[in-house]
Amino acid sequence: MVEWLENLGAKALGILMEIGRAGVFLFWSVVGIFRPPFKIMPIIKQIHVIGATSFTVIFFTGAFVGMVLGLQGNYTLRMFGAEGALGSAVALSLVRELGPVLTGLMVTGRVGSSICAEVGIMRISEQIDALECMAIDPYRYLISPKVVASIISLPLLTAIFNIVGLMGGFLVGVRLLGGSEGAYLSTMKSSVMAADIRMCFIKSICFAILIVWICADRGYWVHKSRNGFGAEGVSRATTHAVVISSVAILVADYVITSLLLA
Amino acid sequence: MTCENCCIELIGIEKSFGAQKVLRGVNLPIRRGFTTVIVGESGQGKSVLLKHILGLIAPDAGQVIVEGRDVTRLRRSELKELRTRFGVLFQGAALFDSLTVFDNIALPLRERTRMPAAEVREKVRATLELLDLSGSEDKYPAQLSGGMKKRVGLARALQLDPEILLFDEPTTGLDPVRSHEVYQMFHETQKKLGYTSIIVSHDIPKIFNLADYIALLHEGVIQICATPEELQRCEKPLVRAFVERVMGRMYSSEIEDLALAAGI
Repeated sequence: MVEWLENLGAKALGILMEIGRAGVFLFWSVVGIFRPPFKIMPIIKQIHVIGATSFTVIFFTGAFVGMVLGLQGNYTLRMFGAEGALGSAVALSLVRELGPVLTGLMVTGRVGSSICAEVGIMRISEQIDALECMAIDPYRYLISPKVVASIISLPLLTAIFNIVGLMGGFLVGVRLLGGSEGAYLSTMKSSVMAADIRMCFIKSICFAILIVWICADRGYWVHKSRNGFGAEGVSRATTHAVVISSVAILVADYVITSLLLA
Repeated sequence: MTCENCCIELIGIEKSFGAQKVLRGVNLPIRRGFTTVIVGESGQGKSVLLKHILGLIAPDAGQVIVEGRDVTRLRRSELKELRTRFGVLFQGAALFDSLTVFDNIALPLRERTRMPAAEVREKVRATLELLDLSGSEDKYPAQLSGGMKKRVGLARALQLDPEILLFDEPTTGLDPVRSHEVYQMFHETQKKLGYTSIIVSHDIPKIFNLADYIALLHEGVIQICATPEELQRCEKPLVRAFVERVMGRMYSSEIEDLALAAGI
């Protein structure tokens, strides 16, 4: 019994230490943004990696999500004789929820995993130690540009997702299934408020920070995790990072929605 | 500081990893301007010792005094300032694999100084020439041989004109010709730049030619820190066993020399 309690205590302490370490990691990564020397090129490079290269996947995801919404919305709303509200349904679903969440999840899968693997490999091959030995702050050099780039990229990707999704919904709901074009556009325009757009961008900025924080942290501390050595350690950390940040995005989505709707 | 003319002094360093106690009270003075070689069998904690000096690992007990300051008690910013005096050549060279040779060597100058780009280029080119690396500046680390990687690692370590250089097994995995190259490069740069150096090495007895002092790490403590001559003449059984194992019986004590001369 005592041993069981000891194990439980050790596990709880381990989790608390990990949370504390992650908190310190985020703190120094954010502090690193404001530390000289300020360099724009690493940020632009990261915007290319996180934002520009994710464009295609976001475009197609947005298009097909919008098309499915148009399809489902058209059939469901017709049952109630409310097919005129399709524009409103598609727009609100996309702007409030699906846009930021699905963009966050896609970027986690595409970029979060690569951030974790990159930082993890740098850790196990002593490149991060080398940075510290050269008195170069690894947070400022490695992580901060990724934080800034993701804060810039994710809202833009979300906006693209929303626009393409709305066009997809229009294509299926109006052009293919013969819904009213005027009703789609006018209900879309009248139902989306500034507060919805604000919520969308607040969410995407929070998700951007979460993705880089969790994925880079798992890579940075890969050597501290159990069996966190070699390629296998990095691959395990990458899987954990993607799973944890995906779940974190969904949890954060609920929390932010409940706070902003309250 | 208890040791005069020492730039680094380790006092009673203890370190465990889980249940395994690696260091059990290490005392080691590193004298300024000299080369100290740390030897010992694999897994004795030699690299761990280097990481303590750099402040990358905190000891469970003991002090790491660098230039009169205890590394274990320094703040992040003070540690960063102190590290500017160090140059490190890691076991695997630890080059940034997504940067070219040129960018690897230029990195400390670009990040740590306000040197104009033209001057950075000039300084990097001079170092490339010094270490016989000209023509390799656009290659990536994966395209280099083991010996070249070590040379690029040293070139990077030398950029900020360090006072103390740490080498973690500089010749591991290299063939005898490449090892010789690394030693020669080390010898030449030290003669020119006059830095204090600490070398962790397995390459015994070749490394003895470079050493001013040799420290033998065994069972978590420094058994002896002495000049190569003193080491070879030491009567301590453990040290003698080590010397005989790595160098053969030709390095024997005076008594044995006499006995040999008398044909006994």
